Amino acid sequence: MDALMQFLLSGMTVGAVYALVALGFTIIYNASDVVNFAQGEFVMLGGMTTVFAHAAGLPLPLAAVIAIALTALVGVALNKLAIEPARGAPVVSLIIITIGASIFIRGAAQLVFDKQLHRFPSFSGDEPIRLLGAAILPQSLWVVGGAFAVFFGLWAFFTKTLTGKAVLATANNRLAAQLVGINTGWVMTLSFSLSAAIGALAGVLVTPITLVAYDVGVGLALKGFAAAMLGGMGNPKGALVGGILLGLLEAMTAGYLSSQYKDAVAFIVILAVLFAMPQGLFGAKHTERV
Amino acid sequence: MTLLQIEGLGISFGGLRAVNDVGFSAKPGEVVSVIGPNGAGKTTLFNMISGVYLPNTGRVLLDGQDVTRFESHRLARKGLTRTFQNLQIFQDMTVLENVIVGFHLAERGHLLADILSLPSTKRRAREVRTKAMDLLKRVRLDKAADQVAGNLSYGSLKRLEIVRALAMEPRVLLLDEPAAGCNAVETEEIDSFIAELAASGIAILLVEHDMKMVMRISNHIVVLDHGEKIAEGSPEEVSKNPEVISAYLGAEAGQDTPSVEREVANADG
Repeated sequence: MDALMQFLLSGMTVGAVYALVALGFTIIYNASDVVNFAQGEFVMLGGMTTVFAHAAGLPLPLAAVIAIALTALVGVALNKLAIEPARGAPVVSLIIITIGASIFIRGAAQLVFDKQLHRFPSFSGDEPIRLLGAAILPQSLWVVGGAFAVFFGLWAFFTKTLTGKAVLATANNRLAAQLVGINTGWVMTLSFSLSAAIGALAGVLVTPITLVAYDVGVGLALKGFAAAMLGGMGNPKGALVGGILLGLLEAMTAGYLSSQYKDAVAFIVILAVLFAMPQGLFGAKHTERV
Repeated sequence: MTLLQIEGLGISFGGLRAVNDVGFSAKPGEVVSVIGPNGAGKTTLFNMISGVYLPNTGRVLLDGQDVTRFESHRLARKGLTRTFQNLQIFQDMTVLENVIVGFHLAERGHLLADILSLPSTKRRAREVRTKAMDLLKRVRLDKAADQVAGNLSYGSLKRLEIVRALAMEPRVLLLDEPAAGCNAVETEEIDSFIAELAASGIAILLVEHDMKMVMRISNHIVVLDHGEKIAEGSPEEVSKNPEVISAYLGAEAGQDTPSVEREVANADG
């Protein structure tokens, strides 16, 4: 029983990180139909920049804010320098561009920072909190809280604000959105910066637990992608539920089967979803008019 | 008095000169039709005026201001919008939502007030909803308001696209084949609807293949062939112009073999 509780808690923590990555996927996908495989790199940049800014003597909160802002700028640059020049190209080409961008960012991070594993102190100490016979790190609560806060923020943004609705209109039909006066170029810039900022926030929150190095992005992008697929690509609720489900599945597999199979879970989920229900748990069924 | 002034517009795609040195003007309340055989460059001309293509030569003046390099969303702010021959509808939204998006520029949303759903936000949403419903009533789509737009018939979507454009209260409206694919009754409806819009002071640019409709509602007609303007004037003048008759109306009216061949040749060109 204690073991199950422990697995649930660690699954929630890991799942919250996947949910944050998946939420980042959601925004860019909603605005442009592109699955941005550089999303994991945003998480890495968030963690790494905070580490180095903190090491340079800045207080942790300031370092985190700088890291999130810088990563948002990288997101904008990705859109301006790689996606926008290829406007009009098929979505598949754009997705391949994001894969290229992720390799580039990883390489650049290796040069600018280094190849070591890093961490910075937890926000609220490292004294585990006892909960129903299991232990949870205070930092885990930060991660889970962060995922829920971002989810509710995005939900309000997309359903209630004009700007959020403009993003959805752009996703639905870019030309029609322009005709009613929506600046779709700006919508794309906004989406990439928001998405990058959320990725960076995930990196900031999770680094004290999982540590960060230049190459942690690949795995996170894949797990986040699996989570987004499971929940239904493009749906914030799906991203949250999919992320947490995937985290729990991983934790259970590691606990009851073998931790060797932990990483296989994400891939099994991707395959199962693609075979059985390609639209995911909450995804909209797509109808194409011909 | 001139609201929209087109001067020497031209564009090439590779070696093909799709439109060459075309100019005309439109006043408020005027219906200006652009006609010509298939492939004459009508839609290309519309694409340049509405900011979808950047012209190689020439200028577009709106109220005396040069708006040639403006993107579509900036033109929308200036009061110029359009509909498309092949429809640009938000397929996954409802009919009502489509029109509500049309009010995008008129809505002044305050980010924080919207997130908190303050009374001001709710009032604004109610107002926009009412206005959108009124527009839908004008084209008898109010009963379909809550249907997903993608499920509507082609003729209904054509009308939906027009009222979405009207939501922006445009000063210049470009309609690309509004009656294409519509039956006789629907065509007549669109016909009188356009006349109504013009009477309210909107300058209307029209591309349309239904010659009866064009002759009936146009104040001024511009005739294109092979990307060049070959004639312009009142419906009466244009229909008597021998060059127009040989290039276009003859092929429409005659239905004899040579003119059919000509149509085919034009379509290929």
